[in-house]
Amino acid sequence: MTGFRRLTRRSVLGSGGLMVGLLHHSAHARSAPVTLPQVSLATQPATNKVPVRLNVNGRSHDLDLDTRTTLLDALREHLGLTGTKKGCDHGQCGACTVLINGNRRNACLSLAVARDGEQITTIEGLAEGDKLHPVQAAFVQHDAFQCGYCTPGQICSAIGMLSEIERGVPSAASADPAGAPARDDAELRERMSGNICRCAAYPNILAAIRSVESAT
Amino acid sequence: MRAFTYERPQDALAASVAALQPDARFIAGGTNLIDLMQAGIEQPAHLVDISRLALTEIDDVSGGGLRIGALATNTDVAADRRVRTRYPLLSLALVNGASAQLRNQATIGGNLLQRTRCPYFYDTSKPCNKRAPGSGCGALNGHNRMHAIFGASDSCIAVHPSDMAVALAALDAEIEVQDAAGGTRKLPLSELHRLPGDTPNLETTLAPGELIVAVDLPPAVAGNQRYLKVRDRASFAFALVSAAVIVDVDPAQGVIRRVRIAMGGVAPKPWRLSVAEAFLTGKPAQAESFIAAARAAMAEAQGRGHNDFKIELAIRTVTAALADAARSA
Repeated sequence: MTGFRRLTRRSVLGSGGLMVGLLHHSAHARSAPVTLPQVSLATQPATNKVPVRLNVNGRSHDLDLDTRTTLLDALREHLGLTGTKKGCDHGQCGACTVLINGNRRNACLSLAVARDGEQITTIEGLAEGDKLHPVQAAFVQHDAFQCGYCTPGQICSAIGMLSEIERGVPSAASADPAGAPARDDAELRERMSGNICRCAAYPNILAAIRSVESAT
Repeated sequence: MRAFTYERPQDALAASVAALQPDARFIAGGTNLIDLMQAGIEQPAHLVDISRLALTEIDDVSGGGLRIGALATNTDVAADRRVRTRYPLLSLALVNGASAQLRNQATIGGNLLQRTRCPYFYDTSKPCNKRAPGSGCGALNGHNRMHAIFGASDSCIAVHPSDMAVALAALDAEIEVQDAAGGTRKLPLSELHRLPGDTPNLETTLAPGELIVAVDLPPAVAGNQRYLKVRDRASFAFALVSAAVIVDVDPAQGVIRRVRIAMGGVAPKPWRLSVAEAFLTGKPAQAESFIAAARAAMAEAQGRGHNDFKIELAIRTVTAALADAARSA
């Protein structure tokens, strides 16, 4: 599954890139020669599989994964937990935010093999049965999304963020890093800057998080 | 991504030995390395995962310094009570970098060793002497708005993107590294990163197998510490320019006793403004002094076209940071 996806994505993007390059060739007469990195594929094994135990949402999964598999791909394509989204796959959009040992991180910039044995919580692990996590309920109540693609990452990030405030982790919005964190809107916005919402539902996302923050 | 083998050594010495294998790389948080591997720019054959080594502690040092384990996360260091009270500059620089998610994953040692980079380094359809030595530099006559005004060469004009390293430069931090024979050495942060010269692919002075194990902060010097970062958007963006300053003013005389200034976003490594520091010592702590010092420091700055604005921006940023630090002295 992973290999199929990778092959498809790479070949599609590769040919697309070439097309764009050809179309724009006349406009970029000075365009530089293509210098692809040197790889001696012949001397490299096609794959290196390793046993990995992923603890996700309280359940333990023993997997046999290519070392290249990111945590994001392991969750989505090997465990079928597609709530965690792939946005940019570069750590810039936050759609893949999960909680690792309680801390919010980008699953796209983590190798699954390196997360062996750690406690991972995804959007699927937040509710207790039909009872939504307070942050999930607040997102519903405040209509804190439009297309919803960034929402799992926003919610996991908000949960991690509220924990960071409780622990006194400073932010760039704090004038004095030695003081207790502020809890105003500027503070919450700064702390959530690692989660991009293409629909720009930010006012309602802020309202949802604010309602939970005020209740705690 | 090139296939690679993976190991997680039990201790730092085993890690250093493992890293001597051909095309081996250390991986800790991996926030920069994995991204570059996904892009096909970094192509290690073997990854040595050091992320679980016991190098996460932050310890007081006799005499008043602080020793930060290389694997402490950016968040843990920014949140440490001693850092926030004694070295607020470091805490401020850390929280002004990246996003909370990245700071939770990225380590102090990894932050220092993130690649000096620019969009042409990432674009494998463009020449880049750093990625493919000898292929040329796309940025030199290209879109170079984000690029260096100090320390660059005709081979490479990329900047080191770390905010943290700028604060460490102003704090006179030292780096402790361990080699594959079990020996250790200390070097000033200023000697960790190389200037590009003709070999921009070589970014540090570390030898194969050498592993950063700690960052040592000397006792905090007197003075107010500030970090001022100017960027295109309010959060989660690299600096156009940034300034880390420590200003100690004699309150009776209104004269600057000692000042330290380091800049980010302007060079392939954290850039200390020693000319301005020397100029300001003994001068009245007022706007005229700060502006004159910042202008003097820019004498050797060289714009490349789109980034010419950085010279004036750097003057204003340094001036503002110094004035702010001196005002509350």
